[in-house]
Amino acid sequence: MTIKYGATPSQTVGPFFHYALPYANGETLADAQTQGTRIEITGRVLDADGEPVPDAMIEIWQANHAGRYAHAEDSRSEFALDPHFTGFGRTATDATGTFRFTTVRPGRVPGPGNSLQAPHIAIGLFGRGLLNRLVTRLYFADAAENADDPILALVPERRRSTLLAQRLPGEAATYRLDLRLGGNDETVFFAL
Amino acid sequence: MTDVLAYRADDGNTHANSLSPAYGSTVRRSPSQPLVAIPHTLTEVTGPSSQVLRASLDDLTKIGTGEALGERIIVTGRVLDEDGRPVPNSVVEVWQANAAGRYIHERDQHPAPLDPNFRGEGRVVTDADGRYRFLTIKPGAYPWKNHHNAWRPAHIHFSLFGPAFATRLVTQMYFPGDPLIAIDPIACAVPAAARDRMVSRFDLDVTEPEFALGYVFDIVLRGRNATPMEDKHDH
Repeated sequence: MTIKYGATPSQTVGPFFHYALPYANGETLADAQTQGTRIEITGRVLDADGEPVPDAMIEIWQANHAGRYAHAEDSRSEFALDPHFTGFGRTATDATGTFRFTTVRPGRVPGPGNSLQAPHIAIGLFGRGLLNRLVTRLYFADAAENADDPILALVPERRRSTLLAQRLPGEAATYRLDLRLGGNDETVFFAL
Repeated sequence: MTDVLAYRADDGNTHANSLSPAYGSTVRRSPSQPLVAIPHTLTEVTGPSSQVLRASLDDLTKIGTGEALGERIIVTGRVLDEDGRPVPNSVVEVWQANAAGRYIHERDQHPAPLDPNFRGEGRVVTDADGRYRFLTIKPGAYPWKNHHNAWRPAHIHFSLFGPAFATRLVTQMYFPGDPLIAIDPIACAVPAAARDRMVSRFDLDVTEPEFALGYVFDIVLRGRNATPMEDKHDH
């Protein structure tokens, strides 16, 4: 197949995106009417020295509680759409490199072949010094479904823990996942 | 049967290496481990719809009580895929420095004046032909601390979603004939053969008499495979 046009190269988002890209409530995907189990996702973005990255932007994309994406190509009408859930969030890290989202725990979605994926949230990471978007996923450390997830299976076993958000003690369901750009326990990033 | 139509793999000659030491900030912020290739699933071939966009803002020159200072320009183009098909209904976000090379940002310490009538942010959705259009002012070059006497070429930041999580692109548009491009570590991190794709072209037909110069910047997002990807992992 002949490709007619060369793709436009990626460039860094730079340090000055804050007034243009993050928007009010971009970190809040779920409101009082959203169906499903409400969760908080938090963590820090750290560089190869373990120093916080205070100028990163994080986007997440996920299915709703029933495992349905709010997108035309997910036509599985047996799983209901939720009018109160788009599945997309965007926020910037603060001075300590911390980010936080309020969302719902996603349902399972199909994987290659006849497989089912474990509940997961796709993550896109941007920042000064990141010439390309870095893509990873958040899985839930307490999900038994991880054992047969077809994407986790492609990750070397010793590195899988970098994708597993740990539930923090307390009443609210808060999950923590740090994103490490290098160093020990460097996060697994994906080539899509 | 849940195999999806994947987006085409990177050709290896388009994007920068994440570690590009001439751009100093990449050194501590780029993964040292190889990326793990994964097949596209519903997660990757779906993505946020244009409904997540806030109100459209296509005229960056009139956000205040007066007009923005600087050289008024029209920036327009089409968002296409690699097969030349238009990408309609796609969010395009832009942001930029003002004519003096200053951003409205607390961390921008360049001692150039701010313009109370220029905020430097815009966003639109592409039409059925993949077309977008902004009215803005030409951004100035500005210094940065990457190395001695470092200056960024004039540029406008672009953020695009395209149809899927896999097609997300953040890039920068440069201006034709700018001598700073060839010595800019961020632009030059991109393979030489692909660098010109980030440079807009002056266009007299887009230019409006007695009003504004016109620049055309077409953006090409990843195309799609013609047939569902063979599931090479399923054995």
